[in-house]
Amino acid sequence: MPIIVHHLVHEYGTDTKLNTLALDDINLVIPDGQFLGLIGHTGSGKTTLIQHLDALLTPKSGTVYLDGEDIFEKDYDRRKLRSSVGLVFQYPEHQLFETTVFADVCFGPKNLGLDKKEAELRAYDALKLVGLEDEVFYQSPFDLSGGQKRRVAIAGVLAMQPKVLILDEPTAGLDPKGRDEILDCISALHQKKDMTVILVSHSMEDVAKYVERIIVMNKGKVFLDGTPKEVFAHYKELEEIGLAAPEVTYIMHELAAKGMAVDTGATTLEEAKASILAAMKSRGHI
Amino acid sequence: MSMIKTKDLTFEYIRRDEEGNVEGITKAVDDVNLNIRQGEFITILGHNGSGKSTLAKHLNAILYPTEGTVWVDGKDTAEDEYLWDIRQSAGMVFQNPDNQIIGQVVEEDVGFGPENMGVPTKEIWERVEESLKAVGMYEYRKHSPNKLSGGQKQRVSIAGVIAMHPKCIILDEPTAMLDPKGRKEVIRAVRALNDVEKVTVILITHYMEEAIYSDRVFVMDAGRIVMQGTPQQVFSQVEQLKELRLDVPQATLLAYELKKAGLPLEDGILSKEGLVEALCRL
Repeated sequence: MPIIVHHLVHEYGTDTKLNTLALDDINLVIPDGQFLGLIGHTGSGKTTLIQHLDALLTPKSGTVYLDGEDIFEKDYDRRKLRSSVGLVFQYPEHQLFETTVFADVCFGPKNLGLDKKEAELRAYDALKLVGLEDEVFYQSPFDLSGGQKRRVAIAGVLAMQPKVLILDEPTAGLDPKGRDEILDCISALHQKKDMTVILVSHSMEDVAKYVERIIVMNKGKVFLDGTPKEVFAHYKELEEIGLAAPEVTYIMHELAAKGMAVDTGATTLEEAKASILAAMKSRGHI
Repeated sequence: MSMIKTKDLTFEYIRRDEEGNVEGITKAVDDVNLNIRQGEFITILGHNGSGKSTLAKHLNAILYPTEGTVWVDGKDTAEDEYLWDIRQSAGMVFQNPDNQIIGQVVEEDVGFGPENMGVPTKEIWERVEESLKAVGMYEYRKHSPNKLSGGQKQRVSIAGVIAMHPKCIILDEPTAMLDPKGRKEVIRAVRALNDVEKVTVILITHYMEEAIYSDRVFVMDAGRIVMQGTPQQVFSQVEQLKELRLDVPQATLLAYELKKAGLPLEDGILSKEGLVEALCRL
C-alpha cells in the first residue's frame, strides 16, 4: 500500500498569537516495501509528519492517501488505518502496563476485535519476530532490561500485523548493543515481512547503514530526499541545519583533501574500509 | 586532592513479589572502589542495567551504600549532617531536560538553586550571569525555557547546577534525548567547564565519541568496574568492549578494521583527525 502525502500543511496554535507552521506543503510518495529514514533536528517536523500518517493529527490542508484512499475522509475507517499503519512512539516502553509480557502484547489485537485465540497467536508470533525467548513471556514487562522492554513494546504494535511500521527514535537511550539489536530486528522484519518501514532517527550512522532512502526535514519542509549517498554528499548543507554526515564520510573527505584516492561517497564503515584499503594497495602499503 | 572516593561500595535492591515477600536481592553496585581527583574528567560507560546510574546516585547522596563508604570532598555521604554540603559540592544533571526546568524564564530557573541556598540577591544575579555565559546561553536569559531546543534546555540545566558553585558535576546521559547538534553543544559546554573552571566532571553516556576527551574511562558490568584507564587504553580493547555490549568511536572502529586487514596502524586511535594523520604517515 503506497503512501502518498499530498500538499500536507499543519499548523499548531491556529487562531492564536503563537501559531507556527509545523508542516509546510509536504509532498511525498512512499512505495510499498521501502525502508525509509526520516532525519532532521529537534523541532523540524518529523514527529508531526508521522502522526499524520496514522491520522493522529488532522492537517490544516492537504491530505494523505493510503492505497488510493484519502485517510482524512469523513467515512474512512480509522480502525482499519490504525491496524495497517503501526506507530511506535518514542520511549514506547513507558506505555507497557499489563502484568505479563504476553498480556501486554495481546492488548492490541484484542482491541481490534479479534477473538482470544487469534489474538494470542498473533502475540506469540510478534514476540518471536522481535527475538524474545519463551521464558520472558510470563514475566512482568517491568522486570526486563531497557532493550527487552522496547522490543516488547514493538511486538505490541507488530501483533496488529501492520503493513507499514513507523518508529520514532526507537534506539534513544539504549546501549550500543541494544541499538544494534533493535535495528537488526527492524531490518529483518522489513525483509521477511516485506513491510514498509519508516525510521525516525538522530543517528546518521544508523540511517546510512540500514535505510534505502533518506528524507531530511527542516523547518517543516522536505530539505533533501534521496539515497544515503546522495543525501550525505550534501554534508555541508546538513551541518547548516544542525545535522551531520556519518563520521566515516568526514574521514574520507579529509583523506581525499590530503591527496589520497578514496571514495568520498562512502557512508558506512564497510565502504570506507574497502575504499581505504584499495587506495593503500595502489600505493603499495599492503 | 580527592574529590570523590568510594571504598567497597555495594548497593542492594530487595526484590519483592506482589504480597511484599522478599523474592531475592540484586546487587546493583558491587564492591566499587574509586578515587576521583579534583579537576578530573571521568566518563563511565556500561550497558543498560550495568549499575552506572545507581553508582552516580551515590555520588551526591541520593542513594546510600548498603555496605562500604562514599566520601564526597572528604565527607561521608551516610552522615545526615553533611547532606546539604554534599548536594552543594556535587551537582547532578539528568537525561530529560524537561523534567529539570522549573522556571518561567531562563535566568529565573538558573537562579533557583543559589536562591534556595540563601545566597544574597546581588550575588545570585552575578552567579546566574556567569553560569549562563559558561554554557553559552547568556543571550537567551530572558527567554522562556519552553521555546528552547533540547540541547539549549540541557545547557540551562547545567547552568542551574553550576550556579550553585559545585566542585563536581555528575551528568547521567545528558545527551541521550538530543539531536547531533544538541549533543555537540552540551559536550562542548561540559568540556569548557572542566578546562576553564576546573570543575570535576563525571559523565555517564552511551555515546562512545563523547568519552574520548576524558582523563579516565571506567567501564561497568554487573555493578562492578571491569575496565579502567585512559580513553586510548580502554578503546584499544575493541573485542572486550563489544562483549560488554558497548562499542568504540567510529574512527577507532575503522582503524581497528583497517589494522586487521593488514595496515600497520597503532592501537587506540580515537578521533577522525588521529586516523587521517596516521594514514597519511604510512
